[in-house]
Amino acid sequence: MTLDRRKKTTAMLLVLGVAFLLLFFLELRWAQFWPLSIREVWDSLTGKDENYRIVVVDINLPRVLFGLVVGANLAIAGAVMQALFKNPMASPYTLGLSSGASLGAAIGILFPIALIPEIVTVPILAFIFCMGTMFVVYSLARVGTQTHMETLLLAGIAIAALAQAVVSFLIYFAGEKMSEIVLWGMGSLTVSHPWSKLPLVLVLSLVGIIVMLLHSKDLNAIMLGDNHAMDLGIDVKRTRLTLLVASSLVTATAVCFVGTIGFVGLVIPHIMRIILGPDNRLLMPMCVLGGGVYLVACDYFARILSDTLGVLPIGVVTSLIGAPYFIYLLRRRKREVGWI
Amino acid sequence: MILEVCNLDYDYGGKPVLQDVSFSIRPGEMLGILGPNGCGKTTLLKNLNKNLSPKGGCVLLDGSDLEDRSKKDIARNIASVPQDNRVGFSFTVREIVSMGRMPFQSPFEGNSSEDLAIIEDAMEKTGVTEMADRFVNTMSGGERQKVIIARAMAQTPRILLMDEPTLHLDISAQFDILELVHSLSRSEDMAVVVVSHDLPMMARFCDRIMMIHDHRIRAIGKTEEVLTPENMRTVFNVDAEFHVDPVTGKRSVTMHGSTTGRAKSTGKPN
Repeated sequence: MTLDRRKKTTAMLLVLGVAFLLLFFLELRWAQFWPLSIREVWDSLTGKDENYRIVVVDINLPRVLFGLVVGANLAIAGAVMQALFKNPMASPYTLGLSSGASLGAAIGILFPIALIPEIVTVPILAFIFCMGTMFVVYSLARVGTQTHMETLLLAGIAIAALAQAVVSFLIYFAGEKMSEIVLWGMGSLTVSHPWSKLPLVLVLSLVGIIVMLLHSKDLNAIMLGDNHAMDLGIDVKRTRLTLLVASSLVTATAVCFVGTIGFVGLVIPHIMRIILGPDNRLLMPMCVLGGGVYLVACDYFARILSDTLGVLPIGVVTSLIGAPYFIYLLRRRKREVGWI
Repeated sequence: MILEVCNLDYDYGGKPVLQDVSFSIRPGEMLGILGPNGCGKTTLLKNLNKNLSPKGGCVLLDGSDLEDRSKKDIARNIASVPQDNRVGFSFTVREIVSMGRMPFQSPFEGNSSEDLAIIEDAMEKTGVTEMADRFVNTMSGGERQKVIIARAMAQTPRILLMDEPTLHLDISAQFDILELVHSLSRSEDMAVVVVSHDLPMMARFCDRIMMIHDHRIRAIGKTEEVLTPENMRTVFNVDAEFHVDPVTGKRSVTMHGSTTGRAKSTGKPN
């Protein structure tokens, strides 16, 4: 690592750290009509104050934790997919994975299976559909071992449209569960019974993230090209499969609990790569931190806006920021190659 | 003799690509592989470092079968420069050259002081030290090719495999690359295997030439023995003459045209 990049890493860690502490406090003190004081937040956390315990510990704290985990998942999955496909516009959202996972989750929510609790069926279905989407999109776009950026994105868009249509179809017949599903579909960090779900979310996410981090060095060589990686002694096929499964796992985990939150996996890896360079050994852990903080920030904005607009799903905020960024990337690529 | 290929067969889904190919590679030599499109040159190269596994016969490195060696172990002995060297991400030259040490490291290991010395040395030998901190995605094709060769040299290989190393390069860059590789083969006592369509360059730089035709080795031997008008006619359907270049002392080639076309245009029976 050059001195320059080391300085930038330190600066980035500092910024993320300060932003996190600030957001952590702002999120925890949030209450419907007036914000709580530092003292009230602290006392609620330590159990001295019972009045605001529900707001701080049962509502706000899990929101922050879900935001951190989901943001980390989506950002690192984006970083991995961009490297694997050598495609700066790949992400769980743009390749249709999130939509695939949400179809699986919607089926799980709407058609409960007797005896097996929802908390088991929904993640499993989300994971299966997410993997399925990944492999359909990949095989649609693949020519030999090459995938073209354009075909990959188009395949992603097509499959996402299909999955979303089916989800809409299901919603139409959802009956009393309709509003629950619609809100969930737009992406929201408000999770019912969050504390009972967090351990599962943490375990699944950690497994996926650790697997990805273990391959960060191999992924560097794959970014040069599959041939280069093979010549450096890397089992490219196995590594690619492992990483595709791991990114499906973390994406599905994120989607089945908080719904579709778009563009996090696109924006964060990109910004990190511009500032810190492409070395995945640094980039991937920084995406975990950056994605988490970013999503908590987006959630805070959603809450501020909700004050005047009513309940605003976080997915709306991330898309309002992410979609223009995506368009900017398209424009830049158009300048580079003349077309997209 | 470091690498020995014995009776190698390869096919893609039953369609034969290589049949009964046997030859060996010696340290410090440059071996050129020539042949028409689709004759199996690149497939052969991929068999030499276990990117593909032979369907029959074997490839022996120091007498032991590649199939019994791990990919990592092979990468410590055999480096390669693939055809496509475009890089879509802003790695610096030093970062790319460092990747040449990956076969020697565990997944989380950083560069030891020995690794760092080898990396600097590899950049020095290939003349990319000045560009060490530049971004590789902003470089010209020739510069990038040198960086990839530097990465291969960081593997401290005994064999270097190159697939069309001069493709898309201008003439001066072509000479740059081949002169560099030629001198490395001598100074490092490293075997270089080059697959190429560039007949004049191969004639100029290779010690030995192998010609592949109809999935088999048509001829292999010293450059001046293999580059003959007869071989050119059989393998490429081209009328060619070879001379000794008075300046370099190497073979130079004059190609008159395809045997079929020439027969028509001159009206001469062939």
